[in-house]
Amino acid sequence: MPDRNDILDLYFMDARSKLIDIAAFLDRVDRHEGDTDFRHAAFLDAMEALKNPKGKSRAQAVLESLSDHTVEPIEAAGTKGAAGAYEG
Amino acid sequence: MGYIEPHAHMVSRTTDDYKAMAMAGCEIICEPAFWAGFDRSSPQGFYDYFRQLTEYEPARSAKFGIDHYCWLCINPKEAEDPGFAREVMAMIPDFLTAPTVLGIGEIGLNKNTKNELAIFEEHVALAQKYDLPILIHTPHLEDKLKGTKLIIDSLKNAGVDRGRVIIDHVEEHTAGLVLDEGFWAGMTLYPESKCTPARAIDMLETFGMENVWMNSACDWGISDPLAVPKCLQEMKRRQHNKATIEKVSYANPMAFLGQSKNFRPVES
Ligand SMILES: [Zn+2]
Repeated sequence: MPDRNDILDLYFMDARSKLIDIAAFLDRVDRHEGDTDFRHAAFLDAMEALKNPKGKSRAQAVLESLSDHTVEPIEAAGTKGAAGAYEG
Repeated sequence: MGYIEPHAHMVSRTTDDYKAMAMAGCEIICEPAFWAGFDRSSPQGFYDYFRQLTEYEPARSAKFGIDHYCWLCINPKEAEDPGFAREVMAMIPDFLTAPTVLGIGEIGLNKNTKNELAIFEEHVALAQKYDLPILIHTPHLEDKLKGTKLIIDSLKNAGVDRGRVIIDHVEEHTAGLVLDEGFWAGMTLYPESKCTPARAIDMLETFGMENVWMNSACDWGISDPLAVPKCLQEMKRRQHNKATIEKVSYANPMAFLGQSKNFRPVES
């Protein structure tokens, strides 16, 4: 099995690039006009989950942070698609 | 090394894609029935689609030396109208006599509605009546966690044989739920909305190599029909040995699919 530095060798540059992309994405949202919808706050909450995954894997914590946690089926589908974050 | 693509929507792909998959070592493709990107205007549209899945695609695939099998159902996106869905479901028994139909799929939920769940349960009952395995689609993005839990509860209530059910499109927050309950789990290598090769391998390393398969689910969206062989290359970079790679890409899907009466591959 690879050790931790082997994993860094494989994925550090790719992850670094994605991290800067996220930073630039948040700057881009800030720089533009108007209000943001629920997705912006959900994204920031997911970043908190990443930093503090509370015993879960970070990927699981981020995915759960972006998920609908209600338990009952809904009456009807308003849309076919999904937004990527739960509006509540 | 040969591999199995256990979930691909070839009706959306070009013949060049069949060629590329054959060149990459694909020996068997399984194609679940799904949403075409638009709603069909009548149940008759599904009759034509089922003919395409059971007659035309196996012939197209055979030209490249790839065995083609399919799964039949009405997908959850078009199951929101139960009357329409039941008309489509009534056609399925006639197609079960086709020699390449593996079972019922990909059924499941999309927006986790009451109607979707009702039609899901009727599909499960249909599979039980005809003693067929089941392939399940879990919802996208924010709806996946809730939908996976609703699906698992429903399957437990129905008393299905869990070893003959695969719950597909798992991610890090749902893989454990599925595997811990004794179901099979499918990991879909879909660039934007599901999971990358690196994450799929993380899940294999975290949850184990048992009762899992990988697929591309390549369809009309941004997707890659070569996602599985690319992930197998990534497994090599992660220092997984040949036996492990062969298990995930060949032996595991063979074991699950082998539970279907119509699955009779020529052993390579
Ligand atoms: Zn699919």
